[in-house]
Amino acid sequence: MSLHFPEKPRRPDGAAFVIAAGLAALGALLVWEGNRLPQLGGYAGVGPADVPKLVGWCLVALAGWTVVAAFRGAFPERPRQQVPPLLWIIGGLAAQLVLLPMAGFSIATGILFACTARGFGKRQLWISLPVGLAFSLAVYGVFDRVLELNLPAGLPETLLYGG
Amino acid sequence: MSTFDFLLQGLATALDPMILFYALIGVTLGTAVGVLPGIGPALTVALLLPVTYGLDPAGSLIMFAGIYYGGMYGGSTTSILLNTPGESASIVTALEGNKMARAGRGGPALATAAIGSFVAGLLATLALAFLAPHVVKLALVFGPREYFALMVLAFVTVSSAFGDSALRGLTSLFLGLALAVIGIDQLTGQARLSFGVPQLLDGIEVTTLAVAMFAIGEALFVAGQGASLQDKAIAVKGSVWMTRSDWGRSWKSWLRGTAIGFPIGAMPAGGADIASFLSYAAEKRASKHPEEFGHGAIEGVAGPEAANNASAAGTLVPLLTLGLPTTATAAIMLAGFQQFGLQPGPLLFATNPQLVWGLIASLLIANMMLLVLNLPLIGLWVRLLTIPRPWLYAGILLFATLGTIGVNPSPVELGMLLIFGILGYLMRLFGYPIAPIVVGLILGPMAEQQLRRALAISQGDLTTLVDSPVAASLLALSAVALIVPLIMRMRGKGGVLAQMAGDED
Repeated sequence: MSLHFPEKPRRPDGAAFVIAAGLAALGALLVWEGNRLPQLGGYAGVGPADVPKLVGWCLVALAGWTVVAAFRGAFPERPRQQVPPLLWIIGGLAAQLVLLPMAGFSIATGILFACTARGFGKRQLWISLPVGLAFSLAVYGVFDRVLELNLPAGLPETLLYGG
Repeated sequence: MSTFDFLLQGLATALDPMILFYALIGVTLGTAVGVLPGIGPALTVALLLPVTYGLDPAGSLIMFAGIYYGGMYGGSTTSILLNTPGESASIVTALEGNKMARAGRGGPALATAAIGSFVAGLLATLALAFLAPHVVKLALVFGPREYFALMVLAFVTVSSAFGDSALRGLTSLFLGLALAVIGIDQLTGQARLSFGVPQLLDGIEVTTLAVAMFAIGEALFVAGQGASLQDKAIAVKGSVWMTRSDWGRSWKSWLRGTAIGFPIGAMPAGGADIASFLSYAAEKRASKHPEEFGHGAIEGVAGPEAANNASAAGTLVPLLTLGLPTTATAAIMLAGFQQFGLQPGPLLFATNPQLVWGLIASLLIANMMLLVLNLPLIGLWVRLLTIPRPWLYAGILLFATLGTIGVNPSPVELGMLLIFGILGYLMRLFGYPIAPIVVGLILGPMAEQQLRRALAISQGDLTTLVDSPVAASLLALSAVALIVPLIMRMRGKGGVLAQMAGDED
């Protein structure tokens, strides 16, 4: 099941318009925020609101330039992408984010480890999951106990290293 | 006191056993990440920043510089044996070095790369030591407007002067500048673009952005190509020793590479990749055996490898004397200084000479360590290339998240890591360079402060920005660096610039 982005040469490049829209939206947000902020220019005549406005207008201009570039076909071709590996890795990161406060560092990171390995073609989760868990536990030991980094502890950490 | 005295004092600091140990860790790690494809020195320093929070500042900074130097050494190994550059500054080395390895001359190729790096690193570090005090004197007369002009120049050279598209470079830069606005304004305390989220008040961490862009973005990009094939390293056959004719052909290339690399690194003109490219072109022109180029000419390895090391040393000139990072790695090293409450710049030479000179002196020592690590122990590093990709990238992502979790295990911070990782992936996919966004994020607030200070001094008169000769010529130089490449690209001569695309380190 390998989905990939359409390869046929489309002109103008549709993705460029999405990028341009995103840039314009970000620029507009900055300009809006600049207008909302109180003008505290003082002696400088330039306050905290001015640089966001300047950057915002530049982004809007870059969005326009992107549209022009898209019409002139100046966007480079993209390498074909496979979606499932991407989803495995992003899913792994998301799982880690959700599980971290509840399950602790080693379980959450072990799952990230196994998902990433899966994304790179290591299909045997029954191997990579224990490897990831063990590796994360070792890393926890070194960094939390020796280097005094504060990592969230879960059940395995408490069992192995004590509370 | 003269530079020489300072350097001797620095050597005394650098020979402290603890500092030597930090330097050794730095160069070892640096060589390892240089060898491994997928991680470069910028990412490694970013990953180590949170870990070193509680450690000795001098030792940590020496370790970071060791990583930078080591990355430049290690990258050549991957280029020569695998034909995939270990980091972006070694792309050119792959051209000739891999051909040499295929012809059974991998040993001499590795040797000339390592010895060339050593020679260049040594000369360029000495040049750094003798140049820095002069730049510091110059920098003391710099006011806010000169600093602002200097930062504008750095913005232009990092984003649009090289690479294949000014549009994409500038877009990346302005994304960085937009992110830089988030948080509390440093001059008035006004909260900007924080939308009531308390975690945003502190602004976006440079390390979070860098780790997300370099580690997660890169991992996603490589995974998306779906190539599960393992590249096969070419075994080093025969003697690693160079013959008399190899030496004869190499030494001039080393010196030329150094002479090209150091100024390029020292001026805000781009990173090591540009230096190595220019050196390759120079070697091709100067060689007595031009027919060998493309088939494994030793000059094509010796010159660029010397150039990329010399430019790494050169990059430290603006970083230490002006606080101006010109590459992604330098930008993250600047974040490292700031983490310890140190601001690189002319004042640091006055207030903390021990640290600065200790750092410079330990680079000389790191260079010797690297020569030992990279010649006799080369077989060890080659083994690193046999780590299967799934394990390698799983490990990279583990350490990438570890740093963020260690500093701030909040879902907001991890969420930002994920979002910026996806952004980094999309930027790679669509050919946007990564370095400008990182440099924009760290230099943006500094440039804004200098601009507003300059305008406060002049009571809002904009002409003050071009009123001093130094500021005016820096701004004029920036305009040239912006416009000339645009015209070159329009006339279809952009190919040269595209090849010099500076990306990561």
